Amino acid sequence: MSELSGLTCPAPVTSGDRVLLAHGEGGRLTRRLIRELLLPAFANDYLRPLADGALLPAAGGRLVMTTDGSVVSPLFFPGGDIGKLAVHGAINDLASCGADPLYLSLAFILEEGLPIETLRRVVVSIAAASRACGIPVVTGDTKVVPHGMADGLYLTTTAIGSQRAGIDWSARRVRPGDRVIVTGTLGEHGLAVLAAREGFELVGEGLVSDSAPLHELAKCLDACGEAVHFVRDPTRGGVAAVLHELSEAAGVSIVVDEPALPVTSAVHGACELLGLDVLHVANEGKLVVVVDPDAAEAALTRLRRHPLGRAAAAVGRITSASNPGVLIRGGLGALRMLDEPNGAPLPRIC
Amino acid sequence: MKYLDEYRDPALARRLLRAIHSTVTRRWTIMEVCGGQTHTIIRSGIDLLLPSKLRLVHGPGCPVCVTPLAAIDRALAISSRPGILFCSFGDMLRVPGSGRDLLSVRAEGADIRMVYSPLDAVRLARDNPSREVVFFAVGFETTAPATALAARQARLWGLRNFSLLAAHVLVPPAMAALLSASDNQVQGFLAAGHVCAVTGYEAYHGLAHRFAVPIVVTGFEPVDLLEGILLTVRQLESGRNQVQNQYARAVRSEGNRSAQEAVADVYEVCDRPWRGLGVLPRSGLRLTPRYRDMDAELRFPVTTPPTVESAECRSGEVLRGLIRPDQCSAFGTRCTPDSPLGAPMVTSEGACAAYWKYRRTKEARAAAPLA
Amino acid sequence: MCLGIPGLIVERDDRGDALPSARVEFGGIQRKVCIACVPDAVPGDYVIVHAGIAISRLDAEEAERLLEHLRTIGELENELPPDSEELDEVSG
Repeated sequence: MSELSGLTCPAPVTSGDRVLLAHGEGGRLTRRLIRELLLPAFANDYLRPLADGALLPAAGGRLVMTTDGSVVSPLFFPGGDIGKLAVHGAINDLASCGADPLYLSLAFILEEGLPIETLRRVVVSIAAASRACGIPVVTGDTKVVPHGMADGLYLTTTAIGSQRAGIDWSARRVRPGDRVIVTGTLGEHGLAVLAAREGFELVGEGLVSDSAPLHELAKCLDACGEAVHFVRDPTRGGVAAVLHELSEAAGVSIVVDEPALPVTSAVHGACELLGLDVLHVANEGKLVVVVDPDAAEAALTRLRRHPLGRAAAAVGRITSASNPGVLIRGGLGALRMLDEPNGAPLPRIC
Repeated sequence: MKYLDEYRDPALARRLLRAIHSTVTRRWTIMEVCGGQTHTIIRSGIDLLLPSKLRLVHGPGCPVCVTPLAAIDRALAISSRPGILFCSFGDMLRVPGSGRDLLSVRAEGADIRMVYSPLDAVRLARDNPSREVVFFAVGFETTAPATALAARQARLWGLRNFSLLAAHVLVPPAMAALLSASDNQVQGFLAAGHVCAVTGYEAYHGLAHRFAVPIVVTGFEPVDLLEGILLTVRQLESGRNQVQNQYARAVRSEGNRSAQEAVADVYEVCDRPWRGLGVLPRSGLRLTPRYRDMDAELRFPVTTPPTVESAECRSGEVLRGLIRPDQCSAFGTRCTPDSPLGAPMVTSEGACAAYWKYRRTKEARAAAPLA
Repeated sequence: MCLGIPGLIVERDDRGDALPSARVEFGGIQRKVCIACVPDAVPGDYVIVHAGIAISRLDAEEAERLLEHLRTIGELENELPPDSEELDEVSG
């Protein structure tokens, strides 16, 4: 929290303490909001002119652009909040493309009646994450929608990055025999948010979102060169969603080794209690990496040296098969299909 | 996790599998009643590892799947009423009634909340005195104590804004119905461990004797199921038909008296239609006169259209183990979890849905023998 | 059906107007569980929890007895029966 205290804490931007429709109308209140809350929080030279668009220098290397809507509820949850999630999510999409983060844009959709203090907390969190990751917010927009819409606050972020030379991470590079690696323990973000949102009152130090920026972790893989074939961050839908997408895009079969999946005891307990499959639960601080089998050990070693990759594990392999699909081998050795997620995972009594 | 992981030990599982292989000499058909057991069997692939002479069929043990269509339609109608705060277990949210499910009703603006426990719904009622809170009480005898306790807690707190939509179903009548059918092929039963933890298994002696089938009360982990299967085949091979308790760490023959007392206070037995099986006499629970003031059906009378089960659906045959899910011509085409024609495709514990989830492709399907 | 898992009773809560409950630990998480159906349960006991209530107290001796018994099953069997090709094919 110490880095947050250095930011300007603005005086209340209206005499009231809630967001009004007028804040999104582009007039006096909007300018005040920007001048007194947003600009001080995000302070950087690209943003300061407050032009319609940010003037950016030409970047070397291929540009990568990614966009994300953040609609998480509740806005604040163990381990994070919508702001931090949005920034890390953008960075992680860039990281999966082998791109270094450069710039971020931010569009707020605010619900009329949202307490300004809540907005301020989110803004401070975004600013802290942006600063920590070196990705300035260079342009933005603010709209307000009537009470009852937007669930408090929605964020859209668009990020631009610069792909590092020599990186070619793509589904078409995946080959039978490749190994599937996950960079750490699974299921933490989705469970933390589910428990917080539905009021399951699960208590545990381990039920904390793993939201984290992964650009430095991804860079650890550069040393493995061409042996890295594919990288993706397993957010909504979990690892299962990523593997299904990959299987379809690359036309391969994938076999997951269930006993090898890294899971903390808190997540294990929560999944057992609620009847959830950890492979369907969202992660916000992990990567799925597919590498040449000869490079798997080296990749794991490099990942494990980084604080965010300590629990990296090889969890599966790419096989060739006439019917592309995702299978999982259980503890007893039998194969079954890994189901594709169908909507959000729902706890069951059955 | 203690008392869970030990019963997933592959080494113990292999021992049991070898013992089963060396015990089975003839063809046998065994049914596991409980959807949770079906789930474990298919997830762990136990049925693929058993001797080919042994056929496991999956019974109607998913209370979510067999919840009568009319009850779901009532839930949909009540939850759509303005001002109602409708609470349900997660697995009920996607179960389709006549045309819709609770999730789509929620999308239309109804306040439908998922809860882990019926007691959470009572707390919601206490914390929201101006709202009417309804809890959808589905489940077998395992779940009835929880909803009964919810009713008692509501009474203790003097809440007038809490009610139950009662839709519990009972297992032994379903087992009896299965065994009485003229085309029954089931020769041995793995009884539902957690149902028996509540009810005990004294009532099963009558079933075992009357229908001459061994019944083994079985747990839910791979090792439990394999031991249950081993005990059952040993009985079958030696011509016995007794009740045994594999799940003795959690089940006593008299069951849980406190739980039974709570259920008997709040509920009484009634006839109930089962989705896919028709009306089974004395197979459901409804609120007793003492608790009728908490009956959501009385508090919120609704009219629902007459329910129509799909003509194409062969769930009755699946639930009785006469066909495998993938032997139904609608399987995977006109009938999928997204658009289920009948009960066993509805949630992942239903036999058809379990097959869909885990056995859809050639690679993942064994030629589990039918005859 | 009947997803019930074993949890460890950490602490009882017998306050006046609510049904007796306890804090129960499942692996790395804890949750409040109603123990009205296992009124004699004490901290250190394991219970089976379904839908937020304890439906049974776990008999630790019985659990251990089963595991011990299972560890000895099959020691008297000398060789695998012919059917065992299926066993080896999918395992390991």
